Amino acid sequence: MSKAAPFNDGLQLVDVEISLQGAPLISVSATIGEGEVLTVMGASGSGKSTLLAYLGGFLDPAFEASGQVYLKGKDVIQLPAEARQMGILFQDPLLFPHMSVGGNLLFAVPQSIKGKAGRKALVLEALENAGLADYFNRDPATLSGGQKARIALMRVLLAKPRALLLDEPFSKLDAGRRDHIRQFVFNEARARKLPILLVTHDQADADAAGGEIFHLSGE
Amino acid sequence: MLRLAPTLAIAILIGPILFGLIATALPAFGYFPTLGGTSFSFSAFVALFERPGLLRSALLSFSSGLITTFSSLLVVVLFVAGWSGTKVFRRLQHLVSPLLSVPHAAAAFGLAFLIAPSGWIMRLLSPELTGLSRPPDVLILQDAFGLTMMGGLIVKEIPFLLLVTLSALPQSNARQYSQMATSLGYGRIAGFIHCVWPNVYRQIRLAVFAVIAYASSVVDVAIILGPDSPAPLSPRLLGWMNDPDLALRFEASAGAILQLGVTVSALVSWLALEKFFAALQRHYCQNGQRFARDKAVRQIGLISISLATTIVFAGLAILAIWSVAGFWSFPDALPDSFSLRSWARALPGLQQPLWNSVIIALMATSIAVIITLACLEQEVRSGRDGGSRAMLFVYLPLLVPQTGFVFGLQIFFLWLGLDATLFALVFVHLIFVLPYVFLSFSDPWRAFDPRFASVAHGLGSGLNRTFWHIRLPMLLRPALVAFAVGFAVSIGQYLPTVLIGAGRLPTITSEAVALSSGGDRRVIGVYAFLQMAMPFVVFLVAGLVPMLLFRNRRDLKVN
Repeated sequence: MSKAAPFNDGLQLVDVEISLQGAPLISVSATIGEGEVLTVMGASGSGKSTLLAYLGGFLDPAFEASGQVYLKGKDVIQLPAEARQMGILFQDPLLFPHMSVGGNLLFAVPQSIKGKAGRKALVLEALENAGLADYFNRDPATLSGGQKARIALMRVLLAKPRALLLDEPFSKLDAGRRDHIRQFVFNEARARKLPILLVTHDQADADAAGGEIFHLSGE
Repeated sequence: MLRLAPTLAIAILIGPILFGLIATALPAFGYFPTLGGTSFSFSAFVALFERPGLLRSALLSFSSGLITTFSSLLVVVLFVAGWSGTKVFRRLQHLVSPLLSVPHAAAAFGLAFLIAPSGWIMRLLSPELTGLSRPPDVLILQDAFGLTMMGGLIVKEIPFLLLVTLSALPQSNARQYSQMATSLGYGRIAGFIHCVWPNVYRQIRLAVFAVIAYASSVVDVAIILGPDSPAPLSPRLLGWMNDPDLALRFEASAGAILQLGVTVSALVSWLALEKFFAALQRHYCQNGQRFARDKAVRQIGLISISLATTIVFAGLAILAIWSVAGFWSFPDALPDSFSLRSWARALPGLQQPLWNSVIIALMATSIAVIITLACLEQEVRSGRDGGSRAMLFVYLPLLVPQTGFVFGLQIFFLWLGLDATLFALVFVHLIFVLPYVFLSFSDPWRAFDPRFASVAHGLGSGLNRTFWHIRLPMLLRPALVAFAVGFAVSIGQYLPTVLIGAGRLPTITSEAVALSSGGDRRVIGVYAFLQMAMPFVVFLVAGLVPMLLFRNRRDLKVN
């Protein structure tokens, strides 16, 4: 019954297969160590975002999926999305528009951390880290694209994820900012020893990530 | 709990109609033991058809259903086809939308006060243009063919059909298709009708059917503007239903079955019209005619919708003026003086109806909003929406004529001992409020970017926390608008209120319509003004709350 012995740290995909109405889209097995990046490349429509949806727990029920996903040795597919501790960054920063920048970050701080002052201190530290120290009360709509991207990353990291899923998070940034933000994301993730699954169609993303590359062939 | 929400919603939408229809059909065929009807017979129908002018009543209802719907839809199509995307369009759209919240009865009174022989239009034109110093002796209101009644319905159905059309446009790629057709040399209207309208019409078809059902069985507008001898079918039925002679209930029930038949015939005739116009459209679509010079037709569209809008607004203005009018002799354009005497006089009598209106509307709408939210959240959690069959359920209470099943519902409540209770009235309002709340809120809900929820789950936020902290606050504005729509629908209910309330729970609307025969314009002005003011206040609050709450949140502002 059991497949390859679960690997104790990092993220492991075992025989993950996703199909739509019987037509296979993706078939992948891979191991991503702590602080490592697996880049999944493919043209749009190749189903690369579907893979992230399966891992993140928000796959559209129209798809059929099978296979195990182990995070630090534990199968996460049976868990509901919110219990998987998989942080996600999308193409858009998706800061919650009804909350302040600080509110967005406070929303992410785990509930197990009690006490208003302590929670806020974590948020202020993250803002400092992102070079946006005075931005606690700002309306997210007033931030630049690069600033939003950094807040979105800080928000994911504050939730103490055990893996990071990146869905072309750099593609909408302007060229000048892109390298900078890319380095920022990878450095922060490596510092926390997070396994990263990056899906992209941009070769420069794959080069910057530096890890293994998996090509999806789907049309 | 949540899992039961869709079932509960369907039960509310279908249950009362089913029970109501059965409890209408039984007495219609002679079975009503309490009144001594213990065997089935056709005698109620025989008595019904012996009523003078019955055929004429039925024909009035039938033609009102078709003519009202056809005219208002035509105006909407010409306006949207000829003007969408222009500045004029946007401006008029903002003017027309609030008219949806005006109760039918208030709009009908407004029209009556405008066009009556002694109405505002005649006053403005006299004596300079008409030479008249006393009201002309012509029958304008309550004309025998029901034309004023249809007019009153048309000006109220235009905003409804316009709004449902507008909400269907984005899903139809209207702009791109129109531009493509224009680039092929087609006129604006022809391009729209060939390339956009078929797709839009498919989406709004149930709403159009609802207008047919409504206009063929309307009671309050018919009492205010409709002909008297004979009246259309539904108001006559209400008269028999309320008659102290309980034996007339058999006839009223038979009449309700006839009303169902009339509405069904109107719907079937509409299907034939649909076929005819589809064939016409196909013919012109393939013979290459461009209709590029459509300026005159576009103008007609613009003028008609402007006229309809002006009529409603002017009607509301004249209602307000009458409510504070002092002495006002005929040809004067405005009263000699203004006073609050009519308000002071009406105040003692209107407190209870006002309280009833507000409490019933608040309760029915709150329940409707909670059920709607629960259904939509359940849709997210199960990953399934109800599909097109669910839409039919949602529209069902709007497709069955009220007279057809509320009679039976009254008998049903009577049997349960719940007649004329607040519970019964809230429940019967809920049947009609729920569809509108659901229709108004489901589009914005479904347009919500699901990635926000994915992000929240990724941050460790469970389903409930995501609902309360992310989804609901981000959708607060449309949720409050849906609440306001539901509130307005409840305020406007006439027939369910008088039948289920049995006169013991009067509302502003039921009192206003009851006043119409008295003809005291000042008091009618007070009641009709309140009728339109209540939904207006709720819409205002619905707009202000998110504005204050999110005053520093640019992305949640509406432009």
